[in-house]
Amino acid sequence: MFRILQAQFLAPDVKRFTIEAPRIAKARLPGQFIIVRVHDRGERVPLTIAAADPAKGTIDIIVQGIGKTTRLLNSMEAGAQIPDVVGPLGKPSEIRQFGTVVVIGGGVGTAIAYPTAVAMKQAGNRVVSILGARTKALLILEQELAQTSDQLFVMTDDGGYGEKGLVTDKLRQLVAEGRSIDLVLAIGPIPMMKAVAEATRPLKIPTVVSLNPIMVDGTGMCGGCRVLVDGKSQFACVDGPEFDAHQVDFAVLTQRNAMYRQVEKEELEEFEAMRKKPGSPDFCRLGMQNPQAGP
Amino acid sequence: MPEQPAEVRRANFAEVNLGLEVQAAQVEAQRCLSCASSNCTKGCPVGVKVREFVELVLAGEYLAAARKIREDNVLPAITGRVCPQEDQCEGVCVIAKRGAPLAIGYLERFVADWERQSGQLGLPPNAPPTGKKVAVVGSGPAGLTCAGDLVQRGHHVTVFEALHELGGVLVYGIPEFRLPKEIVRQEVDNLAKMGVEFVTNVVVGKTVTVDGLLNEEGYSAVFIATGAGLPQFLNVPGEHLNGVYSANEFLTRVNLLKAFADDYDQPVFDCRDKEVAVVGGGNVAMDAVRTALRLGARKARLIYRRTEAEMPARKEEVKHAKEEGVEFLVLANPVAFLGDEKGWLKKARCIRMELGEPDASGRRSPKPMAGSEFEVDAEMAVIAVGTTANPLVQATTPDLKTRRGGYIEANADTMRTSKTGVFAGGDIVTGAATVILAMGAGRKAAASIHEYLRSGQWAPPPPTNPTG
Repeated sequence: MFRILQAQFLAPDVKRFTIEAPRIAKARLPGQFIIVRVHDRGERVPLTIAAADPAKGTIDIIVQGIGKTTRLLNSMEAGAQIPDVVGPLGKPSEIRQFGTVVVIGGGVGTAIAYPTAVAMKQAGNRVVSILGARTKALLILEQELAQTSDQLFVMTDDGGYGEKGLVTDKLRQLVAEGRSIDLVLAIGPIPMMKAVAEATRPLKIPTVVSLNPIMVDGTGMCGGCRVLVDGKSQFACVDGPEFDAHQVDFAVLTQRNAMYRQVEKEELEEFEAMRKKPGSPDFCRLGMQNPQAGP
Repeated sequence: MPEQPAEVRRANFAEVNLGLEVQAAQVEAQRCLSCASSNCTKGCPVGVKVREFVELVLAGEYLAAARKIREDNVLPAITGRVCPQEDQCEGVCVIAKRGAPLAIGYLERFVADWERQSGQLGLPPNAPPTGKKVAVVGSGPAGLTCAGDLVQRGHHVTVFEALHELGGVLVYGIPEFRLPKEIVRQEVDNLAKMGVEFVTNVVVGKTVTVDGLLNEEGYSAVFIATGAGLPQFLNVPGEHLNGVYSANEFLTRVNLLKAFADDYDQPVFDCRDKEVAVVGGGNVAMDAVRTALRLGARKARLIYRRTEAEMPARKEEVKHAKEEGVEFLVLANPVAFLGDEKGWLKKARCIRMELGEPDASGRRSPKPMAGSEFEVDAEMAVIAVGTTANPLVQATTPDLKTRRGGYIEANADTMRTSKTGVFAGGDIVTGAATVILAMGAGRKAAASIHEYLRSGQWAPPPPTNPTG
């Protein structure tokens, strides 16, 4: 059992957890992830480690409630126990002095990019961060990234905060201004990562993306997370999750991530209907009353 | 052996074989000649004292019979169900010359089931504590056997498991209808009662390293039994289509994560009323194709590149699969998977094969027949053509020697690796094999670890040949 020490919403349906997991806290490096199972009939879901404190033996994860399991997780509060947390999984980010690193975080992908941005800064890089979100309310970790970045830009779809536009608009602007960029790290929704890859490809700027395919065990055993990279099959859980953006076949990733969309949708609808009734079995399994959704 | 009728069982996950009743077990046990040769014991990878336990069965001393088996085999309810007895104890049984061999597997299962149902446990006593700690990496058959043997010798044993449940391939790989998970849990509980400590959700090589276990956590020896890791694919076009699974993924979703049950959250492809193709001819392929049938597939088809005679699966599994209506498409191999515009699998394009000259394994090697391509419908395909070594432990243990394919080098008798204090056995040394061979390796490793802990002597350096 893994105890939740802190839990607070950062944005609607986006919650940050501090979890007691001493072995993982000690072993973890930026870019790595965990797999959790929230109850004894739950599915296994991968979540990136946003931060860790080896001295306190804790790790932080930031969870967006998009499916049944992540919404169940986001209903848990400090003091609750998560039955299964395993990690750190995947290869860590390659951290060294590149020069200028542009870190692009889209939506909750920012939580994945954040620890790598910190490590890049510590390794002596100039870090320029571009955060993208649909609206201001969905923006996370802005202050934390501002502290670790030499420069930070915020892009919103509605222009209600920062600048109106896409992260790629800002990236192109930086290039047009003649900034020298040695590495781009882009983590967010697949269309965003694909757009960044297409923007940097003609410029030959090395670009890294962190992929989020469907995963089961996370140790290389099942091959469910296979992605096409440079025409070859790679397992995101052991060969990744970070890959050369210019070699990734995003179409195959998008197609494979749709594999359970229908059943996921049905599960979520059923869950949302159940959570309104007292004593829904999923919450009983978490040992709690039906809680309210986040703010 | 009484079993569920094929037309009933093909639609449920309950166990196929129902087990012997007391009277049938007595009748069977009377067929044992109690011969002096004990071929059966020699034919067993862990050396179960067959004659002695069968005599105890005849005497009606079933709990004592269980204790007798457990001296050499800590998982009798499991091996009684999944061992390829025809190649081992029963294959060398003297009375096989005049008919059917003694049904040793069925008797072993009978004894283990009797013990379980009695609520009593025939556990041999442990030696006094030695104060030494041993870490076992992986809770599959090799790890469990090694752990059981070591606690009996008085050592403190901790088993680290990467998944959230204990049992390794016994829980994620072998289906409920062949090995009920309740039985695995029971055997694991028995080991816990004997004193084995179990820790789930630890991936050695990631969560903690082998050096960390030895140098920081106070373990005097480590036994690596991580099993056959990465699934092999065919590397043909279309293998990324939705609906194409590795056998490991398909079986893990169904067996470990119970994806077929409504109240479990893990999804699996809904193959009800669909055509399913499973590629391979081993036990894993049989398990996958029969699982697809139970999930409601309209047609479950096995595609194998050799003929039925060369199939490595247990004879009983092949027989059961056929009885249940699995269609065998032999001397054929997929060359491409074809999908619709949204990326969902629709067909497998196959090529006819013919058998050529025997290869290194002694089996006639299949060759594609030019121009013989044909297509079969398939909305789900499961690739069950074997696995390669999982590199996680090796990658973080630089002084651990590996051989071709990334398997760990270990001495065939002592299970000692190139690294002092580190032993390895089971599929991570041999490549994919059987439960009982892994258990045999776990046994040898336990004896060797005990000897190392007793004497402190590691030398002579291990030769480089893998275990045979």
